[in-house]
Amino acid sequence: MTQAYTPGLKLARRIRHRVCRRLPMAGEVLVQVGQQVSAQQVVARTWLPGEVTLVNAAHRLGVEPAEVPGLMQVQVGQPVQAGQLLAQTRGLFGLFRSQLLAPTSGVIESISGVTGQVILRGPPQPIEQLAYLAGRVTEVLPAEGVWIEAEAALVQGIFGVGGEAYGPIRLACPGPDTPLTPDRLDESMRGAVVVGGGRVSTQALQRASQLGVSAIVTGGIDDQDLRQFLGYDLGVAITGSESLGLTLILTEGFGEIAMQQRCWQLLASHEGQLASVNGATQIRAGVIRPEVVIPLHDLAQTTQASSIKTDRVGDSTPSESPSGGTALPVGAGAGGPTLQVGSLVRIIRTPYFGLVGRVTDLPSMPQVLPSGVKTRVAEVQLPDGRRLIVPRANLEWIEES
Amino acid sequence: MTQRSPEQINVILATDCGSTTTKAILIENRGGQYRQTFRGEAPTTVEAPLADVTIGVRNAVRELEELSGRRLLDAQGHLIRPAQGQEGCDIYVSTSSAGGGLQMMVAGVIREMTAASAQRAALGAGAIVMDVIATNDRRRPHEQIQRIRELRPDMILLSGGTDGGTVEHVVQLAEWIAPARPQPRFGVQYKLPIIYAGNRHAAPMVAKTLGEQFALAIVPNLRPTLEQENLGPAREKIHDLFLEHVMAHAPGYDKLLQWVDAPVMPTPAAVGNILQRIAQQEGLNVLGVDIGGATTDVFSVFDGQFHRTVSANLGMSYSISNVCAEAGLEQILRWIPLEMDTGELRNRIKNKMIRPTTIPQTLDDLIFEQAVAREALRLAYEQHRQFAVSLRGVQQQRTVGDLFAQKESGQTIIDPMRLDLLVGSGGVLSHAPRMHQTAAMMIDAFQPEGVTRLAKDSIFMMPHLGVLAEVHAQAALEVFRRDCLIYLGTCAAPRGQGKPGSLCFRYRLQRADGVESGEVLVGQWRWLPLGPGQAAPLRIEPARGWDAGAGSGRPLECIVHGGTVGLILDGRGRPLMLPADPAQARPLMHQWVEEAGLYREQG
Repeated sequence: MTQAYTPGLKLARRIRHRVCRRLPMAGEVLVQVGQQVSAQQVVARTWLPGEVTLVNAAHRLGVEPAEVPGLMQVQVGQPVQAGQLLAQTRGLFGLFRSQLLAPTSGVIESISGVTGQVILRGPPQPIEQLAYLAGRVTEVLPAEGVWIEAEAALVQGIFGVGGEAYGPIRLACPGPDTPLTPDRLDESMRGAVVVGGGRVSTQALQRASQLGVSAIVTGGIDDQDLRQFLGYDLGVAITGSESLGLTLILTEGFGEIAMQQRCWQLLASHEGQLASVNGATQIRAGVIRPEVVIPLHDLAQTTQASSIKTDRVGDSTPSESPSGGTALPVGAGAGGPTLQVGSLVRIIRTPYFGLVGRVTDLPSMPQVLPSGVKTRVAEVQLPDGRRLIVPRANLEWIEES
Repeated sequence: MTQRSPEQINVILATDCGSTTTKAILIENRGGQYRQTFRGEAPTTVEAPLADVTIGVRNAVRELEELSGRRLLDAQGHLIRPAQGQEGCDIYVSTSSAGGGLQMMVAGVIREMTAASAQRAALGAGAIVMDVIATNDRRRPHEQIQRIRELRPDMILLSGGTDGGTVEHVVQLAEWIAPARPQPRFGVQYKLPIIYAGNRHAAPMVAKTLGEQFALAIVPNLRPTLEQENLGPAREKIHDLFLEHVMAHAPGYDKLLQWVDAPVMPTPAAVGNILQRIAQQEGLNVLGVDIGGATTDVFSVFDGQFHRTVSANLGMSYSISNVCAEAGLEQILRWIPLEMDTGELRNRIKNKMIRPTTIPQTLDDLIFEQAVAREALRLAYEQHRQFAVSLRGVQQQRTVGDLFAQKESGQTIIDPMRLDLLVGSGGVLSHAPRMHQTAAMMIDAFQPEGVTRLAKDSIFMMPHLGVLAEVHAQAALEVFRRDCLIYLGTCAAPRGQGKPGSLCFRYRLQRADGVESGEVLVGQWRWLPLGPGQAAPLRIEPARGWDAGAGSGRPLECIVHGGTVGLILDGRGRPLMLPADPAQARPLMHQWVEEAGLYREQG
């Protein structure tokens, strides 16, 4: 394998960002190509078949399953109201009849003469797909969804919990290494995407939840604090469906760790602007990272700007992004980034976890580490002048623009 | 697909398209013997932006070309066939687990009977079983319907009822599935395949209930009677549908299916295939494990019966946090001879989970990772033991003598005393800096009893050989014996418990250059050199209350085989009892690490 290191997360001041917003099942698309949409606008809708209620008619009426169809007072496809008579037995000389009433409103879906079951289908439930990205609709996928495009600033996190959220960006910390503590949060942050700095505590998350903060974006968290916040120990990094009332995005990882300077500066430069965020993370094949997307302005106004930036956008096929959308790779080119002498890197494993430095040598022959593992390494110089030997697999490339 | 007779096949190309890496191997007939000669790999390319599995296959094959000097692809990127001189190959075969493998939901009437049989059929066919729905699984019907709605399986296997048995309950299952309308993973327009393998008398009613909205295939009942399982037809149908539906919808597979000379097999099905063949040919009871980043697969063949389990969330990177959550950090710490900061360890685990490709740089990091591996393997093995059971519900005829040794149906068939060969594979076992560490992890996790041979799959080529066996069994078995397994050695471990320091057993090893004899005390293990290819007669005389395989206190004589590690004489007791408190376990672990010399050259 030629790439024995982890390409970095996307961090872009300006890219043409595309998202695909698809319904989970066929439905209706509510917008057209060329239309401008806002982040929280419904762009497609479908109806999920209603909840199913099983009624064991044979048991309730005290008859054989095969008798049930003949005793039904309603037919398949007929709507019924809660309490309506569904079936009744003939009784003895017309007396002592057993009755079966509808436990809920719905439509009769099936009547089984084999099991004696009647299935009632409740009213359909709407599923709405929001635009997520404020921008222009570039393509309609009939009955499925849309592609939306906008010029945007993009920050990918390493890990998140909670789903899509929206709000203006607010800074809570004076710098990227300041821990996010409860006293840094206040009432004015209700509905905001709050940018912290270093480690966030459980208390700060709880306070943010109470205040109605929309999302927290910060450098790190202690495993113990995440456990307390979630209420359970997370086993696998497949998240996004938690109902926490607050989306959390970590840009760096677990432990006492500051947000990367460039990331913090980018977010700080957009204070007050509306952002769409998604904590959904899937660290498996087809990786999904959490993200903060800050639409800059619509494409119609920035055609010139985007064409100037074409070289940064690259020409590769779009890849799936956390929102179920697509981010074009930036700066990396179609072949992906290559680690070189001079590359800025972050060390992502103990004993140097979190340190940032520059690659000063890339020995071609594998070396034996203190663990006994034989692997290809890099020499990394830290800002204080120290030089470390680190496995290439434990380096994360930091993109410089 | 080209048809060539086995005699015409001298150069074989095989790939395994995994979810992250595509591995290619070259097998060549050299001097009348088939040998695996070269290996190449490249990232799998089923995901966007490339979204074509054959690109990764070509890249892996190009690496093979560079290493072997054999040209395999022409200027257009097509495979050159047949082989002529230093060009081309005679056949190409492949397995696949890319794109998340084959994901199935299974249903049966009784969880322990027909549903368990259905699960065995699906797992044996190489599937990941997302859920098992049964009429007695303690969920209420609406909860089961809700669950079916949420799942997005590639296909469903519906079973239930013996032939002539219940019809009502089977139809009831169909009545739950039909309104739930589960959506397939790939394609909005595609009909979800359902395989019906239940009571044949219920088939017409099941077909009527499911209606036109599913692609229904009816196969013979997988549990025609309580005493009999007939998993073959269901497994074959799963493979057919895997190719027709799942693979056909995965990016680039239409091309791959045209390239291959034998149907593409799901990776685990291929591993099961080769293990079964080996066990059958050599009359062995075999246990195999493949521990990956996200999942751990365990395979066993005991008395010819094959079982496979997938522990979906036990793995060494993506799922490492789940191993800690399931086992508990305290349990893991008992395997560590050093004192460590638990708060920092918890963060370290989570950082590994979110950055799964990193590797241990320091010795204590390696020791910790290998401790986690022991627990992941132990948990996966425990799940396997619970699943690999004799058929439940079978009426057993008993004699008076059996009253004193009653065996209930539904008991595990995995007997560690009768295990002949334990095979490990997967990164943490295959890439451990010393093979002593690999052997120690396997012994601690699986706790083999009596005399058991240990091996590791050198480069995880069992999938390649499993699919090759379908077209050229001789080549597959030859390569398996010569190149696939690296024998670590043999473990001899009597079953029993005793006072630490007292006699566990005496041994006498008849080496080519002389006799070595001695005592192993309770709580001690000895690692004796016995090189690869060497075999030596061993006599074990267990102390009273200890059983080395010939009965309690009875001497055992056998031939033991060497390997890269040698002979391990394990007197630590079975089951292996470690103090619950890591602080108390630490000195014991320290002693065992020293006795085995696990980290001697690194420390």
